[in-house]
Amino acid sequence: MSEFFAMDGYAIFLWPAYLVTLIAILANVMLARRAHAEAKQEARRRFAIEDEGSSP
Amino acid sequence: MNWTWFHRLGSPPHIYRIAGTLTPWFAWPAGLLIVAALYGGLVLAPPDYQQGEGFRILYVHAPSAWLAVMIYGVMASAAAVGLIWRMKVAHAVAASCAGVGAWFTAVSLVTGMLWGKPMWGTYWVWDPRLTAQLILFILYLGYMGLRAGIDDLGRADRASAVLAIVGVVNIPIIRYSVEWWNSIHQAPSVMKMDRPSMPLDMLAPLLMMLLGFTLYFAAILLVRLRAEILRRERTASWIREVLR
Amino acid sequence: MTPRQRRITLVVGILAGVSLAGLLALNAFRENVMFFFDPSQVAAGEAPIEKRFRLGGMVRPGTVDRQAGSLDMSFVVTDFKHDVRVVYSGVVPDLFRENQGVVAHGRLGSNGVFVADEILAKHDENYMPPEVAKAIKEKHGGVMPVNPDIRNLPKTGT
Repeated sequence: MSEFFAMDGYAIFLWPAYLVTLIAILANVMLARRAHAEAKQEARRRFAIEDEGSSP
Repeated sequence: MNWTWFHRLGSPPHIYRIAGTLTPWFAWPAGLLIVAALYGGLVLAPPDYQQGEGFRILYVHAPSAWLAVMIYGVMASAAAVGLIWRMKVAHAVAASCAGVGAWFTAVSLVTGMLWGKPMWGTYWVWDPRLTAQLILFILYLGYMGLRAGIDDLGRADRASAVLAIVGVVNIPIIRYSVEWWNSIHQAPSVMKMDRPSMPLDMLAPLLMMLLGFTLYFAAILLVRLRAEILRRERTASWIREVLR
Repeated sequence: MTPRQRRITLVVGILAGVSLAGLLALNAFRENVMFFFDPSQVAAGEAPIEKRFRLGGMVRPGTVDRQAGSLDMSFVVTDFKHDVRVVYSGVVPDLFRENQGVVAHGRLGSNGVFVADEILAKHDENYMPPEVAKAIKEKHGGVMPVNPDIRNLPKTGT
């Protein structure tokens, strides 16, 4: 197992490369979902204001 | 010719709904493929005769570099469609591409540096291929900066579309740099007309990774596109329906 | 011309114009874009020999000469048409081997010897397990061919 992680001496280059890629994959999932959630929230907020202005 | 399908494609509520339905169909296969390819690339594939275990950086470097270039192609095509047919949804697609593209261009540069140091003996050289990829990163940043700098949405769409189309010339330069000029970067192993330059047990994880990354991008694009459409449509009444 | 046709013309025009400009610029800067020069280009006087430049080619087998007890070394870079001897002092990358691509950065001396201060290794696009490489080399008289057929492999036995 430790032999696997040592990667024949290339560990200090190989694992950072995989880590950077993993970070990018997860970050883009998070950023996309957050952008969508924020856009929805913003739209709801706007409709709420509109409804308040017109209903009474 | 009947253009109804094309106009339906340009209808924001239609696209918003379709994008929502399609997302999991891309996301789940993408996740499964990437996990399987990780196992294949890190465990099952044999070490390389020259680079030993170090060649496994290929399995993250090549897919990121592929995404970087492929996303630019999608972005520029969408920008051109938006410009020519005045299609707002196409502009929204282009705008949704830039951020992801910039991320994976950066990943391709960083993983390339981490691969270059042990194999070539340097993190960075001003080589045609490396420089062209750096220009791609700058193009993405320029595109996003231009969009952010123009308040009027229509003008931002048109100006950034022109920049995206101009930048397309960089794509063949990236692809053929290693053939046109002497370069330290090796020629493509897979993306070429000839047979792939590796045996199947090394190739299979790479192909799975390339497909997995492509599907992953499709899923991310769809989510970003929905966000972009909501932002653009603002007060449209159909949004009230879908948010209920 | 309809407005849409006008816009199509505009997009195609931008692309054509920028491509042409790019092509002209790349052609003008050809020499500066050239990352390295091979021994034939050096022999033909195409390399900027009055300045520092990069020399690229293969390490000719049997020419690597290391000085015992120091980092000084010398080897011959070849493109199988012309040769240039390189002297260098320092650590070489993992992939520096005989019959392997190499890029040396330095100056060409008046005696025709290239004095390098940086050595980079260049590898090709072929990937294969060690056993396969050995089998292919044996079939080709101990040398890796330029474009080996990796499809008809001996069993790798993972």
